[in-house]
Amino acid sequence: MGKRVEDLIILANRQINQGFFLLEAKSLIGLPVILPGQFLQVRVDNAPQTFLRRPLSVHDVNYERDSVSLLVQVLGEGTRMLSGLKPGDTLNVIYPLGNSFTLPGKGERVMLAGGGCGMAPLLYLGRKARECGAEVSVALGFRNSSRILDFSEFRKIGEVFIATEDGTEGTRGFITDIPAFRESNWDRIYCCGPEPMMKSIAKAAGERDIFCEVSLENLMACGIGACLCCVVNTSEGHVCTCTEGPVFNIRTLLW
Amino acid sequence: MVDLSVKIGKLVLKNPVMTASGTFGYGAEFDDFFDVSSLGAIIVKGTTFEPREGNPYPRMAETPSGMLNAVGLQNKGIDYFETKIYPVISRYETNVIVNVNGSNIDDYVQLTKRIEKLENIPAIELNISCPNVKMGGMAFGTNTVSAREVIRAVRDVYSRTLIVKLSPNVTNIAEFGVIAQEEGADAVSLINTLLGMAIDIKERRPKLSTVTGGLSGPAVKPVALRMVWQTAKAVSIPVIGIGGIMNADDAVEFILAGASAVQVGTASFINPVTASEVVKGIAEYLQLNGFHSPGDIVGNIKI
Repeated sequence: MGKRVEDLIILANRQINQGFFLLEAKSLIGLPVILPGQFLQVRVDNAPQTFLRRPLSVHDVNYERDSVSLLVQVLGEGTRMLSGLKPGDTLNVIYPLGNSFTLPGKGERVMLAGGGCGMAPLLYLGRKARECGAEVSVALGFRNSSRILDFSEFRKIGEVFIATEDGTEGTRGFITDIPAFRESNWDRIYCCGPEPMMKSIAKAAGERDIFCEVSLENLMACGIGACLCCVVNTSEGHVCTCTEGPVFNIRTLLW
Repeated sequence: MVDLSVKIGKLVLKNPVMTASGTFGYGAEFDDFFDVSSLGAIIVKGTTFEPREGNPYPRMAETPSGMLNAVGLQNKGIDYFETKIYPVISRYETNVIVNVNGSNIDDYVQLTKRIEKLENIPAIELNISCPNVKMGGMAFGTNTVSAREVIRAVRDVYSRTLIVKLSPNVTNIAEFGVIAQEEGADAVSLINTLLGMAIDIKERRPKLSTVTGGLSGPAVKPVALRMVWQTAKAVSIPVIGIGGIMNADDAVEFILAGASAVQVGTASFINPVTASEVVKGIAEYLQLNGFHSPGDIVGNIKI
């Protein structure tokens, strides 16, 4: 499956909460096959402060419209500039990059666990998991109720459980405190979010011997396995997050 | 008609554009984007005799118009290179050059001997300038005595084209170019990365696990250009210019400063097709200005 450099066209840019926005970008030559968990390397404007590309995971794919959606949190100068994109603007990307989540089998019970903006790669995964005939549930964790991101699309693929650290909505605490997360016997848990959150979910899954994959977001330069900057320590030594990941089975990580 | 071919030692390059070691993997990472064989040469990832895990993460920090890296020569060693990588890169119809590293002179020599036996590797780039390893690397390339020793030892056991990659972290880089020439090197390439540092002020912590790392990208270009100019004036062997080349105009600047060929490095991370675009752009520049070959403009500036 070929990677390519392409100018996508912005179809929509919607702010979904303070500091979070959802971009939809269209391919004029037709989308390549994109697997759940893959990402794009997005060029900002190559100005001094935004010299490198920004890796952004694919939030959703719409083959009828040849568009990809990207859920982005404004964290620095690069994402701040991207937040100002308008319909019709171009977005230069390298894609599709990275490996993908391992899809579940028919009838399997899967849990998608997303922390904040970490829910980004889980929507497209959830849709694919449903197509595979899996039963999908979603657990999303946020700092407080005002930080909750629009999860209406997740509702269409399964039951959604919310946890907030201050208890202003849903379960007080973390995803690992949600009763459904703790009590059910999941066949698979897929996870993306801040590293401490992923580690605690990986620990919970490991203790119960549940298949668990996490999507990492290490700092990257190239995104195609050339620079060896984004490495993670695994049972096989240092491997590139951009090519061997971003999705890793927790058994291979030295957490 | 423009003839882009250039000669570096015994090597004939179809054009003066190579890829800088550590920025182009083993070539295959770029196969999806362009025909890698269209380049003058590809210099593959720095190789050591024994496998190296490299430095801990984080090993990269973005800086204004550039980046710092502290990868630390992560590679799987010469045994793996011979059995797994060499058969694959041998298919490229261009010069594949190995960047050779070591912790001591014997390392360099043993590795060089192994590589000389590989028929499809017509040259090595002797790296005495990596700033990211505790032993060897830059320690050799910033001291005139040890630089001479390691170049001499490698030259003694290697009969093909020997390129020596110089460190910019010295007071007078031309002096090292002269030493390389005196010890029989066929060419020098410069510059390797400049030693730099970045701090996360929120965490009050260095951004790199190793504290310091190598700066590359357009931020270093004026320094690199100056060093190429100084070295080219001091030596008669070919100089290969490296440092922040983002496009053909940058490459032409290096050639005008005295470089016989250039290497594209960090730019490949941002636009993987850069090296191929630089080849085209150099040809266009020569054509437009009535020159027939890159050699016509090497060091050809009015001062």
